[in-house]
Amino acid sequence: MKGLLVKEFKLTIRSKSGFGLALAFYGAFSILVPFGMETRLSALQSPAPAILWLGAVLSVLLSLDRIFQQDLVDGSLERLATTPTPLEAVVVAKMIANWVTAGLPLCALAVFLGLLFGLPLDERIWICVSLVAGTPALSAVGTFGASLSLGQGRGGLLLPVVVIPLCVPTLILGTLVVNRAAQGLAIQTVFLIEISISLASFALMPFASAYAVRTNLEYS
Amino acid sequence: MSFWKFANPNRFNRLVDRLVPYCTVLAVILLAVGIAWGFFLTPDDYRQGSTVKIIYLHVPSAMMAINIWIMMLAASLIWLVRRHRVSSLAAKAAAPVGAFMTAIALITGAIWGKTMWGTWWAWDPRLASFLILFAFYLAYVALWTTYEDRESASDLSAMLCLVGSVFALLSRYAVNIWSQGLHQPATLSLDKETNIHDVFYFPLLASIAGFALVSLTIVLVRTRTEIRKRKIEILHCQELSP
Repeated sequence: MKGLLVKEFKLTIRSKSGFGLALAFYGAFSILVPFGMETRLSALQSPAPAILWLGAVLSVLLSLDRIFQQDLVDGSLERLATTPTPLEAVVVAKMIANWVTAGLPLCALAVFLGLLFGLPLDERIWICVSLVAGTPALSAVGTFGASLSLGQGRGGLLLPVVVIPLCVPTLILGTLVVNRAAQGLAIQTVFLIEISISLASFALMPFASAYAVRTNLEYS
Repeated sequence: MSFWKFANPNRFNRLVDRLVPYCTVLAVILLAVGIAWGFFLTPDDYRQGSTVKIIYLHVPSAMMAINIWIMMLAASLIWLVRRHRVSSLAAKAAAPVGAFMTAIALITGAIWGKTMWGTWWAWDPRLASFLILFAFYLAYVALWTTYEDRESASDLSAMLCLVGSVFALLSRYAVNIWSQGLHQPATLSLDKETNIHDVFYFPLLASIAGFALVSLTIVLVRTRTEIRKRKIEILHCQELSP
């Protein structure tokens, strides 16, 4: 399990299209959006949490392709499926690796991207906090989507179509946390629900995901 | 006689053959009665005028949209636990019908909303959760079409249905926190005193029964078609590899 995690990290960091790409996309997306809107910072402030959150969802979506694809192509996924380590544990390792390499960097970057939208420091920190609490759910749901579309090859449209509806609750609660914090409202309930979605997804999704991987391997 | 007897595709098809004529006739009668009664024989609402009559399409289609998803969930569970092929094919056959019902509910709702609220669309919890349900139907259908020719499609889509149900329910409550409601509360409920008036209630019941039977008939026929399609495929394979 530990070895798996280390292997996942190394592979993602060393792969050419891996680590930096999602971050670069996130940056590019957030820079692009204001060009389509008004230039006044006051007009950018209120949609900013939604934009930064959407950017995060899209970047995580982009990073999903690589979770299983490489392992499937070189055959190590079949190897992993037959080792004594349960496939569920393999999937958990992949989820964690995806979150750490694709989700966490976004949270840090969001603090700086918030400047482009003229957000005050405390709101930028809240965006970061709510992203840290919400992106695990995106990774978990995304890994499930990736394992569903495993047999379909690279670059299919199935993955986003399946994953996007599953992101809705996280997106709603994540932006709610930021918006309520910015208005000085009580956020405890919303924040706790957001965290619980992440934790529950991480706890339960590996089973669904491993089932899908197994199915895809069996019939392929 | 057990319910599981119809897990046998041949028995199921014979049952469908026998049921479909009755179901079709009854569905047409009930729909005609419900809608004609509702449209022409009920009084106008004192505030909404005659626009209230779209309720005879809106409420039944919305109920069917949810019920068909629940039916798909049950069928997927049966497939995952007992591996009856008919059940998996029934879930597949039901999905487009459910998506269609969701679309009808959204469109009639938009038309009603335009006249009553002055807007085609509002980000109300009920409206939003129906849109999400529609997205889940699309995802489910997309998964089936992508894996059309593969054995794994039944398993994968059943799993998506399971996970999707949890997340659809989650979204339903998440949107409640997120936005204030514009939509009126439930029209029909068994435990409340302020239900819709009897004048509207009985034609509405007929219309709901009609929608339910129409959905049932279409799902049965589509399932029968899926079974036959599967049989043709098998025959085809046998011919190719003697």
